[in-house]
Amino acid sequence: MSEATAGRQVPVQHNFAPGTPGARAVDWIKRNLFSSLFNTLLSLAVLTAAILILPPLIRWAVTHATISGVSRAACTDDGSCWTFIRMRLPLFFYGRYPSNEYWRVDLAFVLLVAFCIPVLREQVRHRLLYVVLLFTAFPALAVWLLSGGFLGLDYVDTNLWGGLMLDVIISFVTVAGSLPLGILLAFGRRSRLPVVRILSVCYIELWRGVPLLTVLFMSAVLLPLFLPQGVSIDRLLRAMVALILFNAAYMAEVVRGGLQGVDAGQEEAADSLGLRWWQTQAFIVLPQALRIVLPGIINTVVDLFKDTTLVTIIGLYDLLGAVEQALKDPPWLGFATEGYVFSAAVFFVCCYALSAYGRSMERRLAKGQ
Amino acid sequence: MTRRPSARARAAQWLLLAALLAVAWILGSEAAANMSRRHAGFGFGFLAESANFDIPFRLITWNVGDTYARALLVCILNTLLVSAMSIVAATLLGLVVGIMRLSANWLVRNIALGFIELVRNTPQLVQIIFWYVAVLQTLPGPRQSILLPGGTLLNIRGFYLPSIAANDLAGTTWPIALILVVATPFVWRIRLRDFPLGAKSLLLLPLAVLPFAAGVDHMDWPQLRGFNIAGGVQVVPELVALWAGLSIYGAAFIAEIVRAALLSVHRGQREAALSLGLKPRQVLSKIILPQALRVMIPPMTSQYLNIIKSSSLGAAVAYPELFQIFAGTVLQQTARETETMVILMAVFLSINLAASALMNLYNRRVALVAR
Repeated sequence: MSEATAGRQVPVQHNFAPGTPGARAVDWIKRNLFSSLFNTLLSLAVLTAAILILPPLIRWAVTHATISGVSRAACTDDGSCWTFIRMRLPLFFYGRYPSNEYWRVDLAFVLLVAFCIPVLREQVRHRLLYVVLLFTAFPALAVWLLSGGFLGLDYVDTNLWGGLMLDVIISFVTVAGSLPLGILLAFGRRSRLPVVRILSVCYIELWRGVPLLTVLFMSAVLLPLFLPQGVSIDRLLRAMVALILFNAAYMAEVVRGGLQGVDAGQEEAADSLGLRWWQTQAFIVLPQALRIVLPGIINTVVDLFKDTTLVTIIGLYDLLGAVEQALKDPPWLGFATEGYVFSAAVFFVCCYALSAYGRSMERRLAKGQ
Repeated sequence: MTRRPSARARAAQWLLLAALLAVAWILGSEAAANMSRRHAGFGFGFLAESANFDIPFRLITWNVGDTYARALLVCILNTLLVSAMSIVAATLLGLVVGIMRLSANWLVRNIALGFIELVRNTPQLVQIIFWYVAVLQTLPGPRQSILLPGGTLLNIRGFYLPSIAANDLAGTTWPIALILVVATPFVWRIRLRDFPLGAKSLLLLPLAVLPFAAGVDHMDWPQLRGFNIAGGVQVVPELVALWAGLSIYGAAFIAEIVRAALLSVHRGQREAALSLGLKPRQVLSKIILPQALRVMIPPMTSQYLNIIKSSSLGAAVAYPELFQIFAGTVLQQTARETETMVILMAVFLSINLAASALMNLYNRRVALVAR
């Protein structure tokens, strides 16, 4: 234990690095793996474990695995059966969306990436304009593409939406709704008006104190009770409303951290220049606060993207739901491991990319200060 | 100092409150109308009625036909059990991984990093279901049980731990053993002629074994009888899967907290302590850990609260906790949506508030006192 904390990333010493690459490698191994008796024992233990675990794992996942063929007959017993995943890929990505309309989903996804790039790039002029476009023009286009029913596109019911596409849609809508609401709540919590402050604190603490699952369930079971008779809202929409209300509380706490991080002198200077309260907040405080908390917001987005899997429990078929559905298919029983490994891998790629971006942004911000 | 809010703003806040109350009133009356249309008044009277379902795993006795109120108690205990187990396991695992992250050994450091990234970037629900379906459900049946060291059996129906059968003496001797164990840290601090007893107090622990052993009748080893396992305590696979899912996910986040906290202790502290002649182990336990602990507690609190809230994911593997039973079985049997949701939210809120109050109390004890 003392060994571990003692090694607080000791700066690497290059003063005696010999010339040849081989000698340098030996030196590196000595320094990083066998620097002391304790370290040597640790390294040997890890290497032994790797020798025991890795070969069977690789044999299962790669060398003895099957990906070709069209039925389970193609698969062997001692390796994984990726054929199952390959055959079900459309279900996992598009749910039950009509297959001759897949291009609409693909196009919507390309548009999403295209609209996101200028918002997330490092140095962009008129970033605010692009943010506004992302949250207004893009949703309008996406609704037209995905749902259709006008301007020459056939109507596709939301019941048919599913798979990874549903996770991405829900996440986008949740971010678009909860960020503005969260900003309002963050201002509310810092407000000098007692009623506003107390209401905001109650809202934030209430949502943060209950599990997301109960909130989603409330949207599925309880919300219809509060609507006039005859009025019904789409199940997907209800889940989105619940996710927005829930995540707004978390966004509010992230944004509040940023608002507290803005130097008080900024506000005083704006005040003394004669700006009104809302002008000060909107043009001076908020832009600086959002800059500070962008990594925090990205973390929240990663969390809520992972949490969209919970909609399977209220009966919507997102990626996890589609995988579970495919696992119940009689000709393909018994491939649970492949199914869950696949869905975990897809989420890992998306979330890792997002959080890596968040970390690089954090480093950049730290350097700028 | 910023300006005082204007009179107009102060008036507007009351308007906002009035508007919110109006919306709440409209929604409430709509709900009341909908309920009366279905001839279901709002009330918790149903808790006294008898519940006709089985709860497959429980800590206290449960018979089909007991009241809903008792079902609530059984479920709260199940939720608390898995939360407490997960918090302990996640803390220990998180500490180990967090320290591994700072190891001087390249292999150890990067294995910890890989573990953290893998766990943090995949959904918790997928992890829990993976442990349940892809790991625990593929274990052999009872007849091919895997024997683990210590007499524990492992098969598709879960873990079977050996249990201890008590005799008549246990009622008196076990409390004595418990008192001896609890007293140890207090005896540790007793001073005799200015010298604290310290490590000598640990002698109480072997002493406690005697009254404990006196209460033991025999060990109840799990054994194969016919097609099933008899004896011992069964830990159902649902609990194991949920426990694994919650602990491993929590540990990845706690590891990062531990790492950040250890790094936050200024390196001068370590150097100063070493130059004063403290041994490395003393530096860690007396200088670095106490300071790191202070930084760790607030983020740890929110991780613990997350674990408690996430225990509701037990619904995905049918572990009979609060959410699974009340939002599932009870709701189906009684059709009381509003009441069950109110109960669920109220219970989770109170558990969370209690946990956060406890952690804040502890935080105040270890917090830096400015003198």
